[in-house]
Amino acid sequence: MDFISIQNVFFSYADPSENPNAQNAVDGVSLDIKKGEFVAVIGHNGCGKSTLAKHLNAMLLPDSGKVYVDGDDTSDENNAYTIREKVGLVLQNPDNQLVASVVEEDVAFGPENLGVEPAEIRQRVDDALKAVGMYEYRLKAPHKLSGGQKQRVAIAGVLAIQPQCIALDEPTAMLDPSGRDEVMKTLIKLNREMGMTVVLITHYMEEAVKADRVVVMDSGKILTQGTPREVFSQVELLKKHRLDVPQASELAFRLRGSGVNIQSIPLTAEECAEMLGEVLV
Amino acid sequence: MVRDVAFGQYFPGNSIIHRLDPRAKNLIFIAFVVIIFCAFNYVSLGITAAFTLLFLILSRIPAKFYFKSMKVILFIVLITSLFNIFYGTGDVIWQWWIFKVTWNGIHRAVFVTVRIICLILASSCLTFTTSPTELTNAIEWMMKPLSVIHFPVHEISMMMSLALRFIPTLMEETDKLIAAQKSRGADMESGNVFKRAKALIPILVPLFVSAFRRAYDIATAMECRCYRGGAGRTSMKTLSFSARDAAAFILTAITICGVILCNIFVTSVI
Repeated sequence: MDFISIQNVFFSYADPSENPNAQNAVDGVSLDIKKGEFVAVIGHNGCGKSTLAKHLNAMLLPDSGKVYVDGDDTSDENNAYTIREKVGLVLQNPDNQLVASVVEEDVAFGPENLGVEPAEIRQRVDDALKAVGMYEYRLKAPHKLSGGQKQRVAIAGVLAIQPQCIALDEPTAMLDPSGRDEVMKTLIKLNREMGMTVVLITHYMEEAVKADRVVVMDSGKILTQGTPREVFSQVELLKKHRLDVPQASELAFRLRGSGVNIQSIPLTAEECAEMLGEVLV
Repeated sequence: MVRDVAFGQYFPGNSIIHRLDPRAKNLIFIAFVVIIFCAFNYVSLGITAAFTLLFLILSRIPAKFYFKSMKVILFIVLITSLFNIFYGTGDVIWQWWIFKVTWNGIHRAVFVTVRIICLILASSCLTFTTSPTELTNAIEWMMKPLSVIHFPVHEISMMMSLALRFIPTLMEETDKLIAAQKSRGADMESGNVFKRAKALIPILVPLFVSAFRRAYDIATAMECRCYRGGAGRTSMKTLSFSARDAAAFILTAITICGVILCNIFVTSVI
């Protein structure tokens, strides 16, 4: 079994006895995530991607179906904290997930909860802050930091628990472009250099492009998945479900539509420039 | 504007006061509160004021922050000292209608003013130099005996540290809400007290709603980070008393003795 295995999960926020016709937030999703993989889950608001994220660390339990993390069933209450040690979840609003008034004390919150020895906590805190490039800010107050910095501290707070996977629920939604860039660079670094499994829930296509695998969700179901190139080549399908594609892909798609011979759909501005160069020559 | 409030904030630093054990600081603060209300003449009042000043200087926090923390309570100080001037007994030195000023009243006013100011400065010194986590760790330590009677010591201290953490965040939010309401034509500055209090309602309602939403988010975030109450929890910063703390305790003891001796040998004025 893969590191995380989601098997035919259904979940609804409504009480089925009161409202039997309520739509499921997650409607029959099966997904496997391998160790060390960088998976991006995209979809517009209300497609169930955040709900799915909360299933990864047993914050929500499936109505039916199973979620296994490293072989442990999330619906077994005894597993909840073992699972949260393995899968750290970073939330959207950076302000509302920092619990201490000093950066380093906030990062220490997780290991303190686990009952780790003080000297070991110190080490983990320093390592985690260095990994996200916030070590110099360890004595600052969280409210004095920028949004991107706060979110990196939140990531460090999860890293200090030493999970095998971090899931992030739209971590960049409330950040400005430079903050988004900081967070993305940190995630890519964690994935490439530390081998961290990353599950990124986002609605920015430019971020999803950087993942190993993109999963597209729509009304609680998985619409399509594959490498970024495979997914974003299906411009028509994405458009039909009112999802954006990266500008570069859309340009190529439209050029192809008007008869220009384009082999592969570009994902980034650089690839697009290269492609246009080839076409024009 | 609201953000100017310095009271209850923490300024990270490395001064002697910063490095004192938070429990020592708390105990000294409690002792200080007792001392300040035991000073009955100008000599002992002077000693306690000097004691306060020593701590403020050693904390190496810029004086402007202490002034800021006093700004908020200036009004209270003025009112209480005014009342005290007119409440004195003894020989009347000036009288108008029902208002009598006596030497006793003037002394009382001076004492009340100095006491409140010293209290505010000392408590600011405590919160400026002690991070909320340390502070609550210390309070948790001091309340520990209460856990015998099933008093939720850890929960209370967790609530306190969260409250302190969110003071600046909620202040910022209040600023934003005021700006938002003003931009829609809300008038906060004119009218009498009641009108202005009423103008605060459109600020307070959204502030409370968002505070509840935040609380929900924080609870989720804490659970995500394996929080499950106080049992089995450790702390990165372990508390340990050192020679520095012993010195501070001795200094406090000397001050207490000084104040008591002055009370015995110098006639009290109030």
